Amino acid sequence: MGPILMVMENGEAGFTDSSKELVAKARELADTLGTSSVAVGFGPDAESHLRHLPVDRGIAVSNPELSQYNPLAYEKALSKILEDNQPFLTLIPNTTMGMDLGAGVAARRSLPLVAYCSELTVEGRDVVATSQVFAGKLMAEIALPESGAVITVVPGAWSIDTGSGDPEVSVTSVEISQAMNILQTIEPEKGDVDITKADILISVGRGIESPDNLPMAEELAEAIGGVVSCSRPVVDAGWLPKARQVGKSGQTVKPKLYMAFGISGAPEHQQGMRDADLIIAVNTDENASIMDIAHYGTTVDMLELMPALTERLRGE
Amino acid sequence: MRIAVLMKSVPDLVEDIALDEDSGQVLFDEMTYVPSEWDDQALEEALLIKEESGAEVTAVTVDTGDSDNILFTALAKGADHAVKLVGDYDPSLTNRRRAQIFADYLRDQAFDLVLSGVQAIDDIDGQVPGLVAGIMGWPHASVVTEVHSKDKGVVLRQEYAGGLVAEIEASTPLVIGIQAARKPPRYASIAKVRQVAKTQQIEEVEAESPDVPTLAVRRFYKPVASGHAEMIDGDVEEVASRIIEILQERNLLRR
Amino acid sequence: MQKAKAIELDVAVVDGVELKGSWNRMFEPRAISEYDLSVLEEITAIPGAESLGYCYQCGKCTGVCPVDTVGDYSPRKIFRRTQLGISLIDSPDLWLCTTCRNCLRVCPKEVNMIDIMPAVREQAVLEGKAPEELLTAFENTARYGNPIGESPRKRVEWTKSAGVPIPIMSQKKAPVDVLWFVECYPSYHPRGKQASAALARIFDALHIDFGILGNEEKCAGDSQRMAGEHGLFEMLAEHNIKMLSKYSFNQIVVTDPHAYNAFLHEYPKYGGEWPVQHYTQYLSEHLGDIQFTREIPYRVTFHDPCYLGRHNGEYEAPRRLLNALPGMELVEMGHCRETSYCCGGGGGGMWLDSFTRDYASERLSERRVREAVEYEAEILAVTCPYEVPRFEDAVKSTGNAGKLAVMDIAELLAYSMGLVDSLAMAN
Repeated sequence: MGPILMVMENGEAGFTDSSKELVAKARELADTLGTSSVAVGFGPDAESHLRHLPVDRGIAVSNPELSQYNPLAYEKALSKILEDNQPFLTLIPNTTMGMDLGAGVAARRSLPLVAYCSELTVEGRDVVATSQVFAGKLMAEIALPESGAVITVVPGAWSIDTGSGDPEVSVTSVEISQAMNILQTIEPEKGDVDITKADILISVGRGIESPDNLPMAEELAEAIGGVVSCSRPVVDAGWLPKARQVGKSGQTVKPKLYMAFGISGAPEHQQGMRDADLIIAVNTDENASIMDIAHYGTTVDMLELMPALTERLRGE
Repeated sequence: MRIAVLMKSVPDLVEDIALDEDSGQVLFDEMTYVPSEWDDQALEEALLIKEESGAEVTAVTVDTGDSDNILFTALAKGADHAVKLVGDYDPSLTNRRRAQIFADYLRDQAFDLVLSGVQAIDDIDGQVPGLVAGIMGWPHASVVTEVHSKDKGVVLRQEYAGGLVAEIEASTPLVIGIQAARKPPRYASIAKVRQVAKTQQIEEVEAESPDVPTLAVRRFYKPVASGHAEMIDGDVEEVASRIIEILQERNLLRR
Repeated sequence: MQKAKAIELDVAVVDGVELKGSWNRMFEPRAISEYDLSVLEEITAIPGAESLGYCYQCGKCTGVCPVDTVGDYSPRKIFRRTQLGISLIDSPDLWLCTTCRNCLRVCPKEVNMIDIMPAVREQAVLEGKAPEELLTAFENTARYGNPIGESPRKRVEWTKSAGVPIPIMSQKKAPVDVLWFVECYPSYHPRGKQASAALARIFDALHIDFGILGNEEKCAGDSQRMAGEHGLFEMLAEHNIKMLSKYSFNQIVVTDPHAYNAFLHEYPKYGGEWPVQHYTQYLSEHLGDIQFTREIPYRVTFHDPCYLGRHNGEYEAPRRLLNALPGMELVEMGHCRETSYCCGGGGGGMWLDSFTRDYASERLSERRVREAVEYEAEILAVTCPYEVPRFEDAVKSTGNAGKLAVMDIAELLAYSMGLVDSLAMAN
């Protein structure tokens, strides 16, 4: 059986949390299945980072340009690594990088792909993947074929292995095509507030219906001493700046109180807020996925509840 | 520039998902379907490129029995052509096979750019744009929010966690997974869609069912919520009072 | 514009009388065609919008337009602005009209906003210039058959809590006397469902042989038509007519005056011609069969729905029912019958509340609630499904919670007939 391979993504300082979350699981699977664990890193620093990971082997693609993600170069390099190493499983965090690499590499290598995986277990001779589908409304249980698979793993599925190791790291490089060039990287506008630092977030989603209703949320936030954040559709509609967005492509927050108004709670949103100490969800659908992770929920009209809360808070 | 927009419909989550809990099978025939919202974003971005710098936009679907409405709507919004890939397909068609059918069609066409929704709610075996690109061996980028035509290629914006954005210059041909168009998708009035349905043609192209790597889904099941939220009942005033109580109990209110 | 030229003769003789100097001064006729009328002509060239050009700016409409009392809008003002080159298609004015029909009632030139609005709005929708919240309602209606975006499979769910059997035509498989067309808000809105349950109990108590379309019913679509989505209306009309044609019945009874309007004037154009009555008309003809067992000892006022009253001339049927209720005192507001105010929900207003807020000092429903309170009414009786939620909101937002209750006539009847246990009074 081929090794369990994992792709490490570069963050601000070393590998990102969502890629470090893959390590312990990969090693556990490798041990159970009697194979090895291999981590792949990119960029000039990858070699030194890989040397401390608790894995059996490291592969560093050391081109200096690759400290930053480049869809085409990464895919080319990874396809070659898969061809050379014939892994049983290839684990990639389900981030922007994972969405690019997972599907692309799986198709190039004629391997099946499991997307949005949240669990991998060994059952007898089978390795079983569990995947979130239909906006988190259903789980799918998939027995992986012996020929192997590429798996993109939702961030937060497993905990980070804090241990360290001393793996042998082989260094390679890839020819970088000029077909895709990064012109510049743009930091998100921080805006007036940093929602990751707020203790209380009044978060609004599609249910806010119109930008004209935002003052209601602002007033409530002011009365309670919090900050307004939002889910993706509100940013897409241009109603709030990107800096206010909670979720996979926005900010990850961990406030003391997260009030979700009109947010259904797609997995991408949950990724960014599920660790809040207290979650109160207001949604007309009692079965919305947000209710699965909220501590308290209610189905009353959010546009009526917000002013009612504001009134009470001001009266205190 | 010739742009293909790959589109599909997905189960409508306004309805409950038809799940046979005993067999763990999703009953695809018993669900209603709506256009995948990310594909709508992809179409919008394609139309914006067309308006900005000129392009010929072709909307493409695999016919799983419900494509006509998507395609006529795309034409009504401003797409130049609509192509339906026909064969013996039903709504249970997997993304991998769908991607292969798209790729087999696209290979023989001279498209410069292929856009599709970055993801869909039923992407269990992968996302269409990445799969199509991988099968054809084309470069691709996902989670893209803006595409402009420039010289012989495009400049696009790819988004990463935390809102970081990379501006990437890429040559064509290229596949792009659109996360969100620059503007909200436009509305096609029903009158226009109905008029288009009477006056414009959908081109039908026979598409053979390809062999592709498959996944064996043993069963689907509803997630056992680690704990469903404790529901607060009552009218708005009662709910507001209860929430204030909860916040007080947890010392979350300013003194 | 050129200055008017004065003509003055030393002496002029008019009818044998000599008029000297300034006494005979006249001005030459002035041409005022120097206006660039191209924008006005663009609008009046839209089929249906021709009559905007007839306006001679007498201003009668401004005096009666409910929107002008809370904002700066009336048909005369629209004409004037369009004449000055502000295109109605781009102007927020286009979305403020609730098609209440009060202007047409007084207009000597028959400038018909009921035709102008849907025609020009359709053009704006085509050009992508309609407010997004309205488009959402359109999309929901197209996709789910209701503007709220609720599951079409849940359209009959309200019947389970009605407490009486409600026959669904596809299951009943037998002709009925009355086909009850329930409509969207009465099927989905919590307060609408309460009124529907009340009406169902009344039908049941009167042993009326009735049935509903259930999940085969879709929105009648009249307000979408007025809001500029004629294609959507056509699609809905064709669907409903096809469903209705499967069954035999003697007449249609509707809950919603907007549906009444559609069945009366529009559906026949698509081959759907049946005798139709609003439920107040139908029940007022059956008053003799109704046994009232409870008093309603309150001061009640009635808000005439635009589409029952002004649009279709029915002012008496609801009042016959209300006057039959034992114990209650019916007080008419200043704006009643032909001059009734408007709740703001018609013509798409139901789906434009966020948009219109920027152009009005208060909502029409708030203005109307203040009037009802001025008349010291304890109950505001209504009979259009848009109105209960709109007025209940307005009661709260105007600070009149506890003073005024809003009830559908069906709820009052059912209570007085002993079919429901309590009246949801304000205090």
